[in-house]
Amino acid sequence: MTVEECYEKMGGDYADVTSRLRTDERIKRFLLKVVDDASFNNLCENIAAHNMEEAFRAAHTLKGVCSNLSLTMLQCSASEITEALRGKTEYSADIEPYLARVKEDYAVTMDCIKNLD
Amino acid sequence: MSNKSQKPKKTILIVDDSELNRSLLSDMLYEDFNIIEAEDGTEAVMTLQEHELDISLMLLDIVMPKMDGFDVLAMMNKRGWIKNIPVIMISAETGSSYIDRAYDLGAVDYISRPFDERTVKHRVMSNFMLALKQREMADMLSEQIYARERDSRLMVEILSHIVEFRNGESGLHILHVSTFTEMILKHLMLITDKYNLSQAEIKVIVNASALHDIGKMSVPEEILNKPGRLTQDEFEIMKRHAAEGAKMLADIPYRSNEMLIRIGEQICRWHHERWDGRGYPDGLKGDEIPIGAQVVALADVYDALTSKRVYKPGFTHERAVEMIQNGECGIFNPLILQCLDDIKDDLKNELHVSSPGQSIDRNMRDSVEDLLKTSGGDVSNRTVRLLEHERMKFKFFSGLSREVMFEYVSSPEMILLTDYGAEYLELPEKILNPAESEFGSRVFDRADFDQLLTRVKNSSPESPIVEGKYRLNIHGEQKWNKVIVRAVWNVDGDKPVFDGALGKCIDITEEAEEIQQLEVLADKDQITNLLNARAAKKQISKRLASQSDKLYALVFFDLDNLKKANDKHGHLFGNELIKAIADRMLGNTRSSDICARFGGDEFVIFMQYKDQHQIDRIFKCLTKDLKGFPVSVSMGIALSDQCDGDYDKLLHMADQAAYAVKYGGKNSYKFFSELGSGGNGGGLINE
Repeated sequence: MTVEECYEKMGGDYADVTSRLRTDERIKRFLLKVVDDASFNNLCENIAAHNMEEAFRAAHTLKGVCSNLSLTMLQCSASEITEALRGKTEYSADIEPYLARVKEDYAVTMDCIKNLD
Repeated sequence: MSNKSQKPKKTILIVDDSELNRSLLSDMLYEDFNIIEAEDGTEAVMTLQEHELDISLMLLDIVMPKMDGFDVLAMMNKRGWIKNIPVIMISAETGSSYIDRAYDLGAVDYISRPFDERTVKHRVMSNFMLALKQREMADMLSEQIYARERDSRLMVEILSHIVEFRNGESGLHILHVSTFTEMILKHLMLITDKYNLSQAEIKVIVNASALHDIGKMSVPEEILNKPGRLTQDEFEIMKRHAAEGAKMLADIPYRSNEMLIRIGEQICRWHHERWDGRGYPDGLKGDEIPIGAQVVALADVYDALTSKRVYKPGFTHERAVEMIQNGECGIFNPLILQCLDDIKDDLKNELHVSSPGQSIDRNMRDSVEDLLKTSGGDVSNRTVRLLEHERMKFKFFSGLSREVMFEYVSSPEMILLTDYGAEYLELPEKILNPAESEFGSRVFDRADFDQLLTRVKNSSPESPIVEGKYRLNIHGEQKWNKVIVRAVWNVDGDKPVFDGALGKCIDITEEAEEIQQLEVLADKDQITNLLNARAAKKQISKRLASQSDKLYALVFFDLDNLKKANDKHGHLFGNELIKAIADRMLGNTRSSDICARFGGDEFVIFMQYKDQHQIDRIFKCLTKDLKGFPVSVSMGIALSDQCDGDYDKLLHMADQAAYAVKYGGKNSYKFFSELGSGGNGGGLINE
């Protein structure tokens, strides 16, 4: 799968990312780094531990990572959960649907990246 | 940027909690900059602490764990780093309150995510260039201020020195008056706001105080330097110097508005007025007398009291203060007297400890710092701080190292010693004319000093280091020192110019003694303290060469059953056996004989030979039982008359004889001479 095909499949904005990062080689290199990025795991773990402030920071970082690579779909769900977590100090169950969406989009995105040539 | 390949790269600190974001940014910037990364605020602050002066620009994320971007900015403000390191904020947060807050805290620019390569590069580069220009300008400014300040101080000093010279006063009078004036004025500002002088005004008064006696130029020399008491007429003439001085300044064309001139006029005219109105020339009273003149008047009296004059001895500081406070030398403003009382101890230290050179340095440093502060030139603090830091570091390390370090300045020729060096050598820190001085002619031998200096001057920028061993005279003792000097060459022009040198003296007297001790240690066998083979060879060879007329025996033996002893009674017993043999050797030879262990179970005795009984006795002693263990040795003896003074030959002969014993049934001794003419070890096995 080429980088362009990959972006199409995971709901990313290939035009945007190329305009900013210039080459496929660089984009690919950083996509592979997304796989190792800890912010998604941090987000899940901190919500599970009801540690909302840390969860906010993790969501925020994930959103930043996605925006840098124009991973639009995952960025949207990360952005939504970031706003849902902003200023929150105590856990409540209403965060779960947001988390579910992030998890779903994250899975799709990872799957696509792992299938890059 | 076109020449980026030649210039060393500048360093950027990237602070972001996401590894991916950091690498994206460094990927965009690494071609033009060195990159340091920090993954949160605390790490950023630590990095700044460590690399502050290397970092040219910083990219800072806002939302981070532990310490966020705003906290980092706040810390940078607190430590003053923000003035020197431009900070560009990065974040996906685009809310204007975030941006405003970052700007308020001193950030210079803002890049929002997602990163666009061109934007990132452009912002970083332009902010970097801007900061660079600003710093260059600030350095230029401070250099100019420094030069200007130095020149004007120099002029005032030259002028006042001329006056002093004519008055036959000590070269320190003007200096003391200005130091005293400054200290009193600064303290006065602390205890009252009645006079409300600014820092700049105090500075002008201090500078102008140097002019207080210029009017004395108009007083005839016979009166000025008359050793005895002045007559009433003479005194009247003398008194004119106050008004004359003021007139001299007032007459300077076109400059009457200069503050230095105006204040100078006041000080000249009124530094002999009295608080009670009974002074001259105008009989002003109380605060009619400008405060500057009041303080200079006190300073003048104080220094006159403490200085030695033709007609009187110098009073001590304590006595002078007492006399002033008792009103024995005029009536002064009570507030100023209070100042004198408050700071009399500091005054004593300042006036009686500091030398003129130091004080000029200090004044200059102070005034440059003042000027930089008041003119908003705070931008250059970094340079000043860097310098200050280096100075402190050097002072600290040089103090610790307990070595005499010095700097040689070629023009004007002088030696500067470190605190420790000066104290250790009991010399001043600053030594003019070093070759003629105690340093060049007492500590160093004069010829040595000249030779060392010539060597340093003949070095080159490529190999500027010269070293040698010199005998230095320290506290009357001759001490060997290794002296290392590095010439400082100025290579700005076409031809390198010798600027001076840095050096240190390392006392190697102890080192030399230690080496001697080490040599002794190295000569000894570790288990027995007997000599080792190397040392034995050295000593025996020496003996053979120097006393060839005497007959010596070299006795070589090994223990036949050391292995058995080890196997049967353990390794410790083996060692005990070896030590016992050593003791027996030493106990049965004279101290002038040489006893050695060649390693393992081989031993050598070298001694003057008498007869076979001597050998027999030693053999019997060596082979006594040790704690019931039968000691057995195979011993060969060679005499020195057969070896032509050759140690190796002698040893070889004794070895062959011992070998013959070994293979002839062990536990016996044999002379080499008994082996017969063709004797070699191999052929004797069957004997």
